[in-house]
Amino acid sequence: MNKKAWTEKFMQGVFFIAACASVLAVALICIFLFANGIPAMKEIGFGEFLSGEMWKPKNEIFGILPMIVGSLYVTAGAIIFGVPIGILTAVFMAYYCPKKIYKPLKAATELLAGIPSVVYGFFGLVVIVPLIRTLGRDLGFGGNGSSILTASLLLGMMILPTIIGLTESSIRAVPEQYYEGAVALGATHERAIFRVVIPAAKSGVIAAIVLGIGRAIGETMAVIMVAGNQARLPQGIFRGVRTLTANIVIEMGYATGLHREALIATGVVLFVFILIINFSVALLKRRTTHE
Amino acid sequence: MSKNQRNIGQKLKSYKRTPFSFLMMLLVMLSAVITFAVLIFLIAYVLINGVPYLKPSLFSFTYTSENASLMPALINTIIMTLLSLVIAVPFGIFSAIFLVEYAKRGNKFVEVIRLTTETLQGIPSIVYGLFGMLFFVSTYGWGFSILAGAFTLSIMVLPLIMRSTEEALKAVPDSYREGSFGLGAGKLRTVFRIVLPSAIPGILAGVILAVGRIVGETAALIYTAGTVADIPNSVLDSGRTLAVHMYNLASEGLYMDQAYATAVILLVLVVGINTLSGFLAKKLTKA
Repeated sequence: MNKKAWTEKFMQGVFFIAACASVLAVALICIFLFANGIPAMKEIGFGEFLSGEMWKPKNEIFGILPMIVGSLYVTAGAIIFGVPIGILTAVFMAYYCPKKIYKPLKAATELLAGIPSVVYGFFGLVVIVPLIRTLGRDLGFGGNGSSILTASLLLGMMILPTIIGLTESSIRAVPEQYYEGAVALGATHERAIFRVVIPAAKSGVIAAIVLGIGRAIGETMAVIMVAGNQARLPQGIFRGVRTLTANIVIEMGYATGLHREALIATGVVLFVFILIINFSVALLKRRTTHE
Repeated sequence: MSKNQRNIGQKLKSYKRTPFSFLMMLLVMLSAVITFAVLIFLIAYVLINGVPYLKPSLFSFTYTSENASLMPALINTIIMTLLSLVIAVPFGIFSAIFLVEYAKRGNKFVEVIRLTTETLQGIPSIVYGLFGMLFFVSTYGWGFSILAGAFTLSIMVLPLIMRSTEEALKAVPDSYREGSFGLGAGKLRTVFRIVLPSAIPGILAGVILAVGRIVGETAALIYTAGTVADIPNSVLDSGRTLAVHMYNLASEGLYMDQAYATAVILLVLVVGINTLSGFLAKKLTKA
């Protein structure tokens, strides 16, 4: 074998090894999380860990139900605020936006995705928290402003770019004839969009929502800064809540022994949620391409 | 995309008979206004409240409890970014080269790589942080260090660089490759001399987006790189980046002014990075 052929083969090997890196990374992440989290879950008891309503590390009581419920609540809230606005903004971008301002607006939605979560969190802390505090007091719900509602609003903002981006591209992927056909049959602009184009883009839109759920459930820093972080079952939307992600960050700094392992197990639960979400997105995407 | 070129008055008149359409149109407009108003308000609020606090003392090279300087954090951010890129960029580009130039179509292994990159993209940063803590900090025994943080972040941005490089390579016309082969160049030479150079704007756009993610990252760094507010002596020392610095300031509640100022710096960095990336991507589509 001459030198050139050898180099070709060698570099091909290098490229192949590099390509294996992502597979290796996923494998390592799974192995390390599960290997460190599952034993703790066993020791605490799967049932007790997942459905226990008390989280008292000092007394060795580790039940993460409040955090699971908390994560679900703020995620649901984020979906309620973020999805309608996101989808309608995507419709605006695809069908209403004047050509002249399209580019700056598109850049703006991308910027929305680029703003660091800690800046969102800070914004939530100094703007939304006082707002909700006043609102809660005025309406007689009380609470100090750090609440499910605050976290939901902030997360709703944060998932907007995900929803807008994906929904817009799936709307644009719908053949133009669908729209034109509907208009030719006498439908108005809006009727054509909402009765013909959006239903045709359905699986893309659902994928966008699911991805938004993934972002919301995995968000950490912004939520910690505005959610109050009380480790108990939520008492109302104006009261504080702690999510799975917050639980890890808040206590990992000083946790030792079983407590630390229970926190890693919290991460495992979160990771499993995310894997399920990823899997459903992959399924939805496959369905879109096969149709 | 509006197909009917009528003026606004006529348009509004035509909505009279179709209340559903009118309502939906209003909702669409309202949503768009909310989205962009939120963005503008956020940026304006941070800038207006933060810029007055950008004092020279914030850029002093040492952090003390009297002067919560952000300079060490800024330097740490630069070190962290460079180190993460040094690790992630070669892996990202090489694996994209493998996927686009070498792998055969319908290869099962390619499917596996696709699936894992998608998985990596969906993993929240706190899970990366946990993994980094377990793997680099504990198992490797690096302790809270810049190095552990950089490795963690490099895994996090790997799919970003891979995807953008893949897209950029795919956008290079096959005639370039054929021309190169026709002139007698080997595969490797074609890749490095012909394909990669023409894909550079796209690759750079991806790398810059990765920089944006690294600069803004907090959750993955707290338990890998730690939160020491000084410039580290070596990569095995702990050091906090700007985003972590800002989180600490805001959650301690003692240095809100400095937190505002840090938010300004972070926003300016991110806006700059985004603009640069968009500019490069535009260059790619023109080429």
